[in-house]
Amino acid sequence: MTDEEERIRQTREILRGHGGERGKLIPILQEIQARFGYLPREAIKEIAKFMRITEIEVLGVATFYNQFRLNPPGKHPVKVCLGTACHMKGGVNILEAWERRLGIKPGQTTPDRQVSLERVACVGCCAMAPVSVVDEEVQGRVSPTRVDGILLSFELEKEKGEENSK
Amino acid sequence: MDTVDLIIDGITIKAPKGEKILWAALDNGIYIPNLCALRWAEEPHAGCRLCFVEVEGRADPVTSCTEPVAEGLVVHTDTPQVRRLRRTAAELLIAAECPDCGACAKNRHCELQRIAAFVGVKLKPKRLRPTPKALPVDASNPFFIRDPNKCVVCGKCVSVCSEIVGANAIDFTFRGFETTLRPFDVQPVIDERCESCGECVAICPVAALVEKDLRWPKEEVKTICPYCAVGCGIYLGLDEGTIVGVRGDEENATNKGTLCAKGRFGIADFVHHRDRLTSPLVKRGRTFSQISWEQAIDLMATEFAKYRGEEFALIASAKGTNEDGYILQKFARVAMGSNDIDSDSRLCDAPSLEALGHSFGDGAMSNSMDDIERAACILAIGTNPTSSHPILGQRIRRAARKGAKLILANPREIDLCRLSTLWLRNRPGSDLALLMGMMRVMLDENLADLSFIEERCQNFEQFQDCLRDFDLGLAEEISGVPQELLKEAARTLATHKPAVILYGSGLTQHSQATQNVLALANLAMLSGNMGKGSGLNPLKGQNNAQGISDMGALPHFLPGYQPLSDPQSREKFERAWGYPLNPNPGLSLTEMLEAAAEGKIKAVYIVGANPALNMADIRYVRKALRRTKFLVVQDIFLTETARLAHLVLPAASFAEKDGTFTNTERRVQLVRQAIEPIDESRPDGQIACQIASRMGFEGFEFDSPSQIMEEIARLVPQYGGISHQRLTEAGIQWPCPTRDHPGTPNLHAEGFSRGRGRFAPLKYEAPAELPDEQYPLMLTTERSLYHLGSMTQKVEGLMRLRGEELVELNPADAANLGIADNQWVRVISRRGQVKAKARITEASPPGVVSMSAHFAKGAANLVTGGELKLSAVRIEKAG
Repeated sequence: MTDEEERIRQTREILRGHGGERGKLIPILQEIQARFGYLPREAIKEIAKFMRITEIEVLGVATFYNQFRLNPPGKHPVKVCLGTACHMKGGVNILEAWERRLGIKPGQTTPDRQVSLERVACVGCCAMAPVSVVDEEVQGRVSPTRVDGILLSFELEKEKGEENSK
Repeated sequence: MDTVDLIIDGITIKAPKGEKILWAALDNGIYIPNLCALRWAEEPHAGCRLCFVEVEGRADPVTSCTEPVAEGLVVHTDTPQVRRLRRTAAELLIAAECPDCGACAKNRHCELQRIAAFVGVKLKPKRLRPTPKALPVDASNPFFIRDPNKCVVCGKCVSVCSEIVGANAIDFTFRGFETTLRPFDVQPVIDERCESCGECVAICPVAALVEKDLRWPKEEVKTICPYCAVGCGIYLGLDEGTIVGVRGDEENATNKGTLCAKGRFGIADFVHHRDRLTSPLVKRGRTFSQISWEQAIDLMATEFAKYRGEEFALIASAKGTNEDGYILQKFARVAMGSNDIDSDSRLCDAPSLEALGHSFGDGAMSNSMDDIERAACILAIGTNPTSSHPILGQRIRRAARKGAKLILANPREIDLCRLSTLWLRNRPGSDLALLMGMMRVMLDENLADLSFIEERCQNFEQFQDCLRDFDLGLAEEISGVPQELLKEAARTLATHKPAVILYGSGLTQHSQATQNVLALANLAMLSGNMGKGSGLNPLKGQNNAQGISDMGALPHFLPGYQPLSDPQSREKFERAWGYPLNPNPGLSLTEMLEAAAEGKIKAVYIVGANPALNMADIRYVRKALRRTKFLVVQDIFLTETARLAHLVLPAASFAEKDGTFTNTERRVQLVRQAIEPIDESRPDGQIACQIASRMGFEGFEFDSPSQIMEEIARLVPQYGGISHQRLTEAGIQWPCPTRDHPGTPNLHAEGFSRGRGRFAPLKYEAPAELPDEQYPLMLTTERSLYHLGSMTQKVEGLMRLRGEELVELNPADAANLGIADNQWVRVISRRGQVKAKARITEASPPGVVSMSAHFAKGAANLVTGGELKLSAVRIEKAG
């Protein structure tokens, strides 16, 4: 069974626990995301078929809410805060630094699945603005150089991991 | 209707209660700028923020598209505050969507430009910083471009796609400034949902969705689409004798302005195609050489004269006009003394004619298409209307959206399944058992409409007898549909009135087709659904399938279904035409080909039909045609059939002639000449008239098709009140016996054409061909949304959407045979084999494979047999 077929199988398993009425769409999407960490394309197709609506109608709902991802999360999730304080302290520049270094846009994951990037509103650490949350850990007063530093630590960690596995 | 008086800009106007201020104003010639408002939409979108007005007594301006009118309301559309609001809205739109206005295909035809001019905003506003979006442009569709950067997010495309078309192929995604309207697959060549109908393109006020190679026409000609039997009204846009565009006719009662991909994008390419036949061609040895019309007419006059009587046969096409069809049958009967005349509509429509004639007295659709949207219940069996009759399919989707019960009987998972109340997935060819099962339930559960039967029908007792031994268990066993589902379907149909029953060639292209239709007629009467707004409806195939039969291109009937066997009818026509008629009934299309194969028919005149591709078992058809002594084929292209001919004649297309088509709901509509005939091509009827005159027959001297229609009106009672003059404004549904008769939207509404509706006793027969060990799979054929006849295959864009034959099969069968998606396979039947690519899909049930039968390469009809729709086959990997 390919990965895709496995995801279809698991999606169908989840759908079996639900009714097909339209109000169930969001709970279903939440459960799918809880299982896979994101909403796989083939899962969207299965949901559409199950609810007897079209795929784009499912996607329309899924993209309206920030809680849903369309890409698998990276090993290191990065959330860049663009709340009021972070915005004033140049949060946009920090987001751009992440985007440039990683070559991805918010909502995307690097092809090697190492890092995923997200834009969030206030995370409640305004005194430390501009803030990025990396691996669930708050990084305060982030600068573009700091972004480079964090990415370097990921690299080192990855190399170490590879050596250990040898 | 209740109306209210209100004052807009000092003018007192009347408007229906509940109407929104915007529409009341526009109806009275008062313009209020608006970008997202749609009158028919279920909910106003109210997103463009341009239609603000001030209402006295209200503190703030309101959007006029959401605010209903009220008695005594005083509205101002042009106050300083309103002006400020809409100027800002317009400036924001321009800054976000079109900071470099002027460089696009919609320049000077753009609604945003028009609004900017009206509200007094420059197209390069300085006040706001341009915020271009830099999203990728999607040019993958062959007909149009989607440029999300230019989108004003008015949502009109989403509304039209969901509420009118019913495809739900596009929707809003993301939100706020990042909102984009898109299909599921970005940059798809074929999105699974998008039907490329272009409704979204037609409605887009800006250039976010725009036709490729867009040209604005200098003039327009109102006519009728030449593809399917829905008969949509169209305007052909012209520029110096070239068709440059097509738009739907909003006034047309049939399509109300909407079109499918074939009608909107598939006309100019075939009409102006370089492969059009340009002069008569005669076969010398193995090649064709050009001859003049003079020589061609002489040749035919001489050759046809040798085969007068029953050695001659004529095959007409359901694509020609009524006038052409009438002349062709007159030519066969008068000039050739033969009743061997039939048309290609025999292949799907003849069983309806026979069975419905027996049950009701008329073989046509009893409802109007409008009835579909008013029905409480729709049963669609043996048809996939969203593919075969797209605009009628849209109406079914709209009806289902509004809450009508939709019952489908189809082995394949078709698009309508998503909207159905009940889907009976019966085995191919088991429709009769399914219908008999449903009727058994109606009788057992006392659901039959006995008062209707008592009042309007006969033969009910005999019919009841025939179901006595047919129990539900047998119905389930044969059809594969669980008994509970059959019961549910019978109950739903019997208790939701009015019900409209629709069926297509999935029912009629079978060996037991007549029984199938008789069963449906019984079902309609049993459930009391043959009255106003309810009825039984054969969906005819081609644009003039109804008309060609009405015109008497039938071996047993003179025009208007006047029986050839009836001496009075014959006498009527003998008197009118001035020649004695051959009283012997002619041969049907299939019988003609048998006679040709046996050498009994020696001369065949084929007009517009392509039996060498469209009929079952085409190897046999080709052999039969090759045996003829003189085969004339008249067509717009050198078709598979034309290649076999001794003489090929170039015909004019629908765009090059006047005439009428009769659509599937019996609506006779005017076809108008838009361009001069291409090169030396000539209209079909005109050619036949010239041959007849050359052969020395009278009664073929017509100045115009409208004169032919005058003769038709004199002889065909159903068309008695029809003239080209009367059709100029709108079509008329026959029967229309007199000049002042308005036409008949509903057949059999009060009484049946034959008096009482006649129940027919049924006997279950298995299909002629069933799977066995050697040929374990069942092959069905179906129609692609993008193709019909040889015309669509000349349209590059349609060929990009669907360019080759595909064999669709279930994943389980594919796994058993070790076949992968897109792999070449060989489909083998008792009659032959054909190579095509495999498409693995759950739409096909296990044990069933399907092909489209449109394409010359990988022609499915190489393997089909007596039943077009059903053949036992096996599938092998092709090396």
